[in-house]
Amino acid sequence: METLTAALLSVLPRDSVITDPVRLRTYECDGLTYHRATPGVVVLPATAEQVARVVRLCNDFGVPFVARGAGTGLSGGALPREDGVLIVTSKMRAILEIDLPGRRAVVEPGVTNLAITEAVREQGYYYAPDPSSQQVCSIGGNVAENSGGAHCLKYGFTVNHVEACEIVTPDGDLVTLDRMDPGYDLLGAFVGSEGTLGIATKVTVRLSRTPEAVTTVLAAYESIEQGGQAVSAIIGAGIVPAAIEMMDALAIEAAEAAVACSYPAGAGAVLIVELDGPAAEVERQFAQLREICAGAFELRVAADTAERAAIWKGRKSAFAAVGRISPAYIVQDGVVPRTALPGVLAAIDRISAEHGIRVANVFHAGDGNLHPLVLFDDAEPGAGERAEVVSGAILDLCVEHGGSITGEHGVGVDKARYMPRMFSETDLDTMQLVRCAFDPDGLANPGKVFPTPRLCGEVPGVRKGVHPLVESGKAEQF
Amino acid sequence: MTVRQADAGDAVGGVLPRWVALPESVEEVAAVLRACAGRDLAVVPAGGGTKLHWGPPPERCDVLLDLCCLNEILEHAAGDLVVRAQAGVTMGALAAALAGEGQELAVDVPFPEGATVGGTLATATAGPRAFRYGTPRDLLIGVTVVLPDGTVARSGGKVVKNVAGYDLGKLFTGSYGTLGVIAEATFRLHPLPAARRWVRAEVDAADLPAIAAALAASQAEPSAAEVDRPEPGARPVLAVLAEGAAAESRAAELRELVGGGEISDAPPPWWGLISGDEVLVEVRFPATGLAAVLEAAERSGLALRGSVLSGRVLLESPGRDADEPALAGTVAELRRRVEAAGGRVNVLAAPHTGLDRWGRVSALPLMRRVKERFDPGRRMSPGRFVGGI
Repeated sequence: METLTAALLSVLPRDSVITDPVRLRTYECDGLTYHRATPGVVVLPATAEQVARVVRLCNDFGVPFVARGAGTGLSGGALPREDGVLIVTSKMRAILEIDLPGRRAVVEPGVTNLAITEAVREQGYYYAPDPSSQQVCSIGGNVAENSGGAHCLKYGFTVNHVEACEIVTPDGDLVTLDRMDPGYDLLGAFVGSEGTLGIATKVTVRLSRTPEAVTTVLAAYESIEQGGQAVSAIIGAGIVPAAIEMMDALAIEAAEAAVACSYPAGAGAVLIVELDGPAAEVERQFAQLREICAGAFELRVAADTAERAAIWKGRKSAFAAVGRISPAYIVQDGVVPRTALPGVLAAIDRISAEHGIRVANVFHAGDGNLHPLVLFDDAEPGAGERAEVVSGAILDLCVEHGGSITGEHGVGVDKARYMPRMFSETDLDTMQLVRCAFDPDGLANPGKVFPTPRLCGEVPGVRKGVHPLVESGKAEQF
Repeated sequence: MTVRQADAGDAVGGVLPRWVALPESVEEVAAVLRACAGRDLAVVPAGGGTKLHWGPPPERCDVLLDLCCLNEILEHAAGDLVVRAQAGVTMGALAAALAGEGQELAVDVPFPEGATVGGTLATATAGPRAFRYGTPRDLLIGVTVVLPDGTVARSGGKVVKNVAGYDLGKLFTGSYGTLGVIAEATFRLHPLPAARRWVRAEVDAADLPAIAAALAASQAEPSAAEVDRPEPGARPVLAVLAEGAAAESRAAELRELVGGGEISDAPPPWWGLISGDEVLVEVRFPATGLAAVLEAAERSGLALRGSVLSGRVLLESPGRDADEPALAGTVAELRRRVEAAGGRVNVLAAPHTGLDRWGRVSALPLMRRVKERFDPGRRMSPGRFVGGI
């Protein structure tokens, strides 16, 4: 590590290489503080060329590297390696180009998600994918994790809004992946690869037109079942809202304790539905929505931006708010088909009761993306382990119902061990073919996404043995 | 499974396979590919055959893998707006089944009767409404593929929001059968809009860029804007689509931007279709490149049709088979002008072998490495894609 550090100092300014043990500890975890590791060395490159030079040095020394943006990730995707280099993109935060006629912006990876919208909002444009951490999270991290947010239901994920990326490949080449180029969709494979296929050094994003009208509605129900039925009815009516969010009683209690959001008293569930689009369209959809939500005991409609913000306030602060009612908690991120929501929520209740662990439910109901908050007291012996069990059981439920172990937080280091529950060994080996094409030496963010991958030299090739056609005699035709 | 001797009708771009295999299940696809791997036989997958002549001819083709018998819609979860279908299901059959539940896969393909799910994905065919809904790769949420060695692998799933693992679906979409076989696909669906209205008007070519910019920025949110100019020099016809319960009033707003025109509840007969694809050139371009593309197309002498908002138009040479040097010259000139405006020119179909069909490909070395990993024996549609992959 010392000779590598010396080499890094030869390609970077002195203040861009951090070796001081105290300062290194600043970077020992990302938003998932449960996993910690002090990086061997931290670098803060200011240009793509510097990133490439650092990666080339890592190759020369056979040392792994991990990229990190703002560090808001919730799956340990930017967890450093003690034997490796942490490449932090926080100095690369220039908006390089805004092209409104072309509806795109070119930005450096350290630019925050919200900064893009802020740069074009007055001209009537915005950047659609909006993770809850959008004020601080970096676009490079969004690209790595393909992190979406509440508006994925209508507008899709990060990958649908990225037109091109300049990347540094794991062997240190600067390459542009452009959606417009002919050839394999390497951009599609790169987005969401969690830093295992290279580091984005420049991102071209699509800008969207600000919708003419937005209507935000809060519907309060006595039970979570009633709320769930309303969600199904909305989708069944052919309405695709910009967002449908739901919170259960415990999540509401937490939000009230933290931000006094004044949601209707006694609600077993609140539903937040946001409609957007052409005014005439939103008006008609709202009329339908009113009928569908007739069973709600209270229906609030935001009359202006301030009221809309008030409705969203409880939802957006729910994760942090849970800290008010529980000393510790795990934020889980799983997905189920929307129609499975009632059954899965009931099952979560049962699991919660069985283990004596409270679970607060906050979720993107429109696309079945659950964010159960598994609450426990870390001072109580064994509680953390029980919470882990409950958290894992919820993911099993998601997989059993045909869902996913992550909807937006990523697999990272946290869920690598759950990947085999969702994918077969063959599926994982096949994904590994992509990894090996990009990163044959396995230096880019190793240990993330995949549980104990084979070395690239060992990837299974042609399956050996007698094939079924020969066995059955059908192969004679060949 | 049927395996038969190939005949003249089975040729792929003039290359005659030896056998045609018609597997009836994913397992049979795997069995065929394993058998071919053991004997170093080259395989070209085929769906409805509507685009089988696109791309350069394969360097060799021993087995044509006809997926027409893999034609089941496996699961339509209407409440989840998701459908899972086998590769050989035609887009027309899929649309008919989904319409029964008031839903659709918002991909418009030029040959809906014959084109299949697998072929649409393999060639990444997109149509008019890509502007609003994205291309097939954006609507694909899960895929089952069979690798050249017979390995069956899945990625994605059947939920829309899912970021677990690499997205093999994206990698296989638009790969022209060179990485393996797409056997099953799962898509996100949209509810059928309550109403559709088309604004249709003849416009001056010189006005089109400004009109397109106004349409793209319009809060009346058009789903698509297509232009048709069958003869260079002719006045192009522009058709703009509004979808939704308020389609009528929004179409009226859009008509203002177009500068007049008629509103109807049916598309023009050419909407999203290709009239002949003996020679078919695809031009992709950023929104700001439209004027340059129109001018380049005009000079090429080719007919133009396509999506002015999503930046993808097709140039056709119906009934005229340009000789190779002439076409090569036309393409080179097109490429020069279009690339200067930030666009790309791909020759999708041409009856010639010597053309540079794809032009510049920026990440070709990485693409070769991907091909090498997935198909080390170069047996899947060899030579049919960028850089001779």
